[in-house]
Amino acid sequence: MKYLDEYRDPALAKRLSERIHAVVKRPWTIMEICGGQTHSIVKSGLERLVPPSLTIVHGPGCPVCVTPLEIIEKAVRIAAQPGVIFTSFGDMLRVPGDTTDLLHVKANGGDVRIVYSPLDAVAIARKNPDRRVVFFAVGFETTAPANAMAVWQAHKEGLTNFSILSSHVLVPPAIEALLSAENNRVQGFLAAGHVCTVMGYHEYFPLVERYRTPIVVTGFEPIDILQGILMLVTQLEEGRHDLENQYARVVTREGNAAAQRMIFSVFEVGHRTWRGIGEIPMSGYRLRPEFAAFDAERLFDVGDIAVRESPLCIAGTILTGMKKPFECPAFGTQCSPEHPLGAPMVSSEGACAAYYNFKRQGSAV
Amino acid sequence: MCLAIPGKIESFEEGSFPRMGKVNFGGIRKAICFEMLPEAKLNDYVLVHVGFALSIVDEKEAQETLRMLEMDEVRKELDGEA
Ligand code: SF4
Repeated sequence: MKYLDEYRDPALAKRLSERIHAVVKRPWTIMEICGGQTHSIVKSGLERLVPPSLTIVHGPGCPVCVTPLEIIEKAVRIAAQPGVIFTSFGDMLRVPGDTTDLLHVKANGGDVRIVYSPLDAVAIARKNPDRRVVFFAVGFETTAPANAMAVWQAHKEGLTNFSILSSHVLVPPAIEALLSAENNRVQGFLAAGHVCTVMGYHEYFPLVERYRTPIVVTGFEPIDILQGILMLVTQLEEGRHDLENQYARVVTREGNAAAQRMIFSVFEVGHRTWRGIGEIPMSGYRLRPEFAAFDAERLFDVGDIAVRESPLCIAGTILTGMKKPFECPAFGTQCSPEHPLGAPMVSSEGACAAYYNFKRQGSAV
Repeated sequence: MCLAIPGKIESFEEGSFPRMGKVNFGGIRKAICFEMLPEAKLNDYVLVHVGFALSIVDEKEAQETLRMLEMDEVRKELDGEA
C-alpha cells in the first residue's frame, strides 16, 4: 500500500539502525508519548535496533490507560440502566471498572454497542428517540474533533436523547508534568504525530525552550519512529534542543484549523485527573457550559463511587516512564490481558499489553 | 483509537451535511466525514481518525522523507563522520 510499505521496509530499518548506532556515544533516555507508537515499537522489536545505552521509555499517551477508574465505573453504571444505549470505541469495553466492565454489562443484557465513529452514536440516537444514547468520549487531541462534531451535530438536529461521558486529555500539559517532576529522567521526546495533525506543533516550542529538551514530531510506522529516534539522538549528542518534525508528510506547524474550530466551539480546557498519574492542571477538555445538556455526568445519577486500584499495579510508574512493564512484579503472572489488573494491560496501545503480546515473538521489523 | 493508516478518496457524497465521502484503505472502503478537511480532493490520500479525515498526505514531503533515508545519503553521512 502506498505510504505504508515504504515505511515498513526492513532494509531501510537496518540502515537507520546502523546510523543510530554510529551517532549514539553516550547513554540517553528518550520517551515516545503515544500508545500507538509504543505498540509499533514493541511489535516491530525496534528496541533491539538501537544501542543498549539508549533507553526508550513509554509515555502516558494511551487514552484507555489514563481514563480514571472512577469514570470507567460511571460508564459501567450508566450502561446498566434500563432505557440506555451505551456506545463506545471497542477498546474501552474490556477495561474493568470497580465492579465490572462494559463487556459484562452487555453479556448481562445491557445495550452496549461498539461504534467506529462518534457520528455512528448520533445516528443511533436519531433512530431510537425513546432511548437515551450515551457515547463514551475519551481520547487525546486526535479524537476530540470527532467527539466535538458529534455533540455539535446532535445539537443542530435538536436531539435531546444524546449525551457524552467525556474524559479528554491533552499531550503538551502531560509532557510539562513529566519534565517538571523532580525525578524526571526523560531527556528527549518523540511527540505524537497524529495529535499534531490536529493541533500542529507550535504548542511545543515553549516546552523545548523552558526545559531545554529536544522534541521530534514523529509518525507511527517503524521507519518513521527510527528516523524520529535518529533525529532526537543527533540533537542530544550535539547538545541541541530543537523542535523538529519528522512527520512532515502529514503534520504542519499550525495543524488543522477547521478541526480546532470544531473542538473549541464545543469544548473548553480544564483540569483533568489522569489515571495512575493524578491531576494535571489544564490538561483536558470539558464541555462548554452551553452544551451542558449533552453532559452524561450531569444527566445520570450513578450514586457514590469510591474506587480502589489494585495494590499490585504500578501503572503510574509505567505511564511516567520510571519503569518498564517487565519490572512490575505482577507482569505476566497475576496480570495478563485475560486478567488485567490495570488499564495498561487492557488496551492494545497500553505498554504492558504491548510487551505481553509481542515481547517473545517480537521480530526486528 | 489514535492509530490511522492512509486511505485514498474515491468519491464524495453530493450535498450531504456533514460532508461525507468514500475512502479506500487497501481494499476496505469506509464512509468518512470530510467536514474538517474541506480542501481534500478525489484521489488524495488522507489520514482518518475515528471516521474523520484530518489531514492530506503530502506527496512531496513523503518523497523528501524517503529521499533523506536513501542508502547513499546515509552512507555519505556515515563516511563523513568516520
Ligand atoms: S503489568 Fe499489570 S499490574 Fe503491572 S503495571 Fe502493568 S497493568 Fe499494572
